[in-house]
Amino acid sequence: MADIGEPKVRGPEKPLKKGEVALIKTLIKHPMESGLRKDKGSGETIPAHYIESVVAEYGGVAVVKATWTGAVSKNPFFSFYIKADKSGPVNVTWKDTKGQEWKEKAEIKVE
Amino acid sequence: MGMNSESALTRRTFLGAVGATGAVCVTASLVGMPALAEAADAPAGNVDEAIVKDLGPGKIAMEKVKIDTPPKAENGALVRIPISVDHPMEKDNYIKTLAIYVDDNPKPLVGKFEFTPESGKSEVEMRIKMAKASQVRAVAISNKGALYGAYLKIEVAEGGCAG
Repeated sequence: MADIGEPKVRGPEKPLKKGEVALIKTLIKHPMESGLRKDKGSGETIPAHYIESVVAEYGGVAVVKATWTGAVSKNPFFSFYIKADKSGPVNVTWKDTKGQEWKEKAEIKVE
Repeated sequence: MGMNSESALTRRTFLGAVGATGAVCVTASLVGMPALAEAADAPAGNVDEAIVKDLGPGKIAMEKVKIDTPPKAENGALVRIPISVDHPMEKDNYIKTLAIYVDDNPKPLVGKFEFTPESGKSEVEMRIKMAKASQVRAVAISNKGALYGAYLKIEVAEGGCAG
């Protein structure tokens, strides 16, 4: 089994001003098999197994929702922005095509 | 993973981790894929129809969207795609959805991104797979139904992953 999981979420470490827009970076280990590749040895198609959904929730709102296909690279990096309104976590949830789920968060500090 | 790994996650290690994983070659086996492409349920060549289905019909204004990728990618398994949409993100005037397509991939749709005014900025970055040189399209729709797009031809360097 390939390396999988170990989700990481990173936001600004310094406190933000209210209304400031902040970059959030995420990373997770995942094979992101498209279902279109063949095993070089056996010649058999490698079954699809990729992250199909990433949701970032902040302040009770799903701020960014990503729906992916197998064309996203292995061990996907993904960054996006949030508007910092109050201190609290940005909760990120990844789900893959086998129903496996990972969660990780970054704490946002607002002055 | 606990807080230890998170707090140890400096910019350098963070980006380093991405680079390290990029060494794994996925494109090698993507290259011999034409036969499989025919079997794929979403054939290439119909990206215009896919855009209508995924986002909605209408004329796409070729403005506001920027794909900030160099025109030549070193590694087709790991093409860095930063996309920004220069548009307000206000309560009643914001970018609702952004979709990304690689025309010549067996399945052109790479992903869809839904934003809210709380996103602050309609800008994302990720790494995508490209089987070969192709046009990449980023198309965004506002909450009012206005479509904006950017199309960019990206070459994929030979060799790197052809083994």
